[in-house]
Amino acid sequence: MMDPSLYNVLYIDLTERKYEVQERRDLFEKYLGGTGVAIKLLEEECPKGVDPFSPDNPIIFAVGPLTGLYPLASKTVAMFKSPLTGNLGESHAGGRSAVAIRLAGYGAIVIKGASKTPVYISIFNDQVKIKDATTLWGMRSSYAVGRVLREVEPGAGKRTIMRIGIAGENLVRYANVVVESYRHFGRLGLGAVFGSKKLKAIVVAGTRSVKIDDLKAYMKVYEEIFRSLTETGVMSKYHVLGTAENVLPLNAMGALPTRNLMQTRFELAENISGEALAEKYLVRKIACTHCPIGCIHLASLRIAFAPGHEYETLIIPYDYEPIYSLGSMLGIGSVEGLLRLIEKVEGLGLDAISTGVAMAWATEAYQRGLISDKETMGLKPNWGEDVEVYIRMAERIAKRANEFYSALADGVEFAASKYGGLDFALACGGNEVPGYHTGPAALVGFLVGPRHSHLDSAGYGIDQKALRSLMTKEEMVRQIVEEERFRNVLTSLVICLFARGEYKLERVVKALEPVGIKTSSEELMRLGAEIQKAKASFKAREGYSPYKVRIAKRFLETPTPLGKLNEEELRSMIKMYIEMAGLESIYTSSN
Amino acid sequence: MSYRVSVVNIERCIGCYSCMFACSRLRFGEVSLAKSAIQVKSAGGIERGFVIVVCRACVDPPCVKSCPTRALTPRPGGGVIFDESKCNSCKSCYEACIVRAVVWDEERGKPIICRYCGFCTKFCPHDVIVFEPVGRELLV
Repeated sequence: MMDPSLYNVLYIDLTERKYEVQERRDLFEKYLGGTGVAIKLLEEECPKGVDPFSPDNPIIFAVGPLTGLYPLASKTVAMFKSPLTGNLGESHAGGRSAVAIRLAGYGAIVIKGASKTPVYISIFNDQVKIKDATTLWGMRSSYAVGRVLREVEPGAGKRTIMRIGIAGENLVRYANVVVESYRHFGRLGLGAVFGSKKLKAIVVAGTRSVKIDDLKAYMKVYEEIFRSLTETGVMSKYHVLGTAENVLPLNAMGALPTRNLMQTRFELAENISGEALAEKYLVRKIACTHCPIGCIHLASLRIAFAPGHEYETLIIPYDYEPIYSLGSMLGIGSVEGLLRLIEKVEGLGLDAISTGVAMAWATEAYQRGLISDKETMGLKPNWGEDVEVYIRMAERIAKRANEFYSALADGVEFAASKYGGLDFALACGGNEVPGYHTGPAALVGFLVGPRHSHLDSAGYGIDQKALRSLMTKEEMVRQIVEEERFRNVLTSLVICLFARGEYKLERVVKALEPVGIKTSSEELMRLGAEIQKAKASFKAREGYSPYKVRIAKRFLETPTPLGKLNEEELRSMIKMYIEMAGLESIYTSSN
Repeated sequence: MSYRVSVVNIERCIGCYSCMFACSRLRFGEVSLAKSAIQVKSAGGIERGFVIVVCRACVDPPCVKSCPTRALTPRPGGGVIFDESKCNSCKSCYEACIVRAVVWDEERGKPIICRYCGFCTKFCPHDVIVFEPVGRELLV
């Protein structure tokens, strides 16, 4: 039997300032945890058509039956209605969050209502407190917020400190929630939903234990998974250079979006590559709780601020996506400049991908004369020339400094609808595009995926397979559908997607057995398909239609390694996706 | 020869807590970060790295000297042996250990004392902790 603490769902109401715990065995037994449980809770808790900034928009966190039990089952799923796309908000983060929630005795947390004054939530086992956060509101950097809470809350080293920056406070529609300083609930604006509830932070710590049904079998499966993850080299990509390893290969194949995707090769890619960062700037690798891989790469940047060897030193996390969005996409080829910009964006609590893509559009719009010095408040963005300009722009977005920056804070699609330049406003389904111009599978994945993210179905991997050996469009779409379902299984458990090669279905089945869950690969894939439908239903309910999704011209003009993309073909692939995933009754062509 | 767990490469620690989970798994048959004889903590913000607290297997252990019921006795060659049946939960040992290697189990109201099995070291991905003879650092 599963340890029953997983079934505990903690419901917090910020308006009434009260909380209760309900046992939701029904949800966890059917949907495991993570994405599966979260989408069901979202269906229950989120009223149709609600304004994402309404107190009625719920924030849902969920972990799974393997959380804490096995290496790399280390992530938390967040769901909410996205202020950026107006439909499904789904975001995953690691850090200490998942294990902290589980060992505090919960499988999920639901936060509803809104406070009138700034608050933070402190959860320590069964003690739940809503505390005053007035002094934290408006604090310049999200890092500082963490430093304060670290001193006043219990559970050092084992707790999670989730918090927003000023971007979240100001309802920037793609504001992040920063977790343990260097991890994030990124994309789709969870930070803004926090901000709308005047919720500055959540601290969760727990000292509970999880009991295991079949200890002997558990020890054996654990050892097998641990050895395989740490000794076979299967995870070395993530540990050695980290995701930044992608920079050079993507650049070499002509798939690294550069200067708002006017190019796909960046002549300064070497400077900002994983290799360059590792050799000169990497100072420490750290891990999420219960992950022996340690993919979190921290760079140290020494900046002279006065003559006489006066230096300040910044510690900055880096990954492929911020290198793309705040680097090549803006033409920034100076690693010092890139790291300074990343540090600023993270400190403000902005999503790195969305911010970079929005600023890339703004640069092109400025150069084409769609906006002027009046809109930019005197800033003159010019591909990589002056990083300081982009640092100032990010600050102004986070502060919604004027009408123009406020439009940028509402997303690139919104800004371009207002000022022109939709053809080169690179959002898919309303979410700013991630850094893979590899071919049709990637783009179709961004257009139809529940999160409009590279993480939904990893189409970039399918494109790269197609580069090596011919693949029909049908086969590409089939793989997108299958991969998305498989990922729904992993994210219900909630296993880090980096470990997807290790946690194949057969192994997942084996890992679940000692904790009392008997299932099969087929059953898991059926669940993956059901969750796919549930997410699509939510998206459709809130007005999203894959038939009507906008495809920016720029995606079609700039060739991918698989050639130029064609709108008609992409639309036919979207149709295939809907059919193959069995979503026709959900996404009817008329809506 | 008595063995103990030593922290030899603390700057390599990534804070994965695999060692703590190993300890609680073997000792208590549970998944826990509270019930572990080895304790990993952040040194004050994870960018500064980590602190790992293990029993140093003292030759003349203060925890033994503080124990009024002889639940703790010296182990030959260094370290202590804990007899839970004699423990009266007075917490003196916890107070006596200035490195806080005596972990307090709130649930049982008893100390968690390292058994020097070295199981935790098998799950450290970067050789931060090793299983070695007591007193080795003095010899080399």
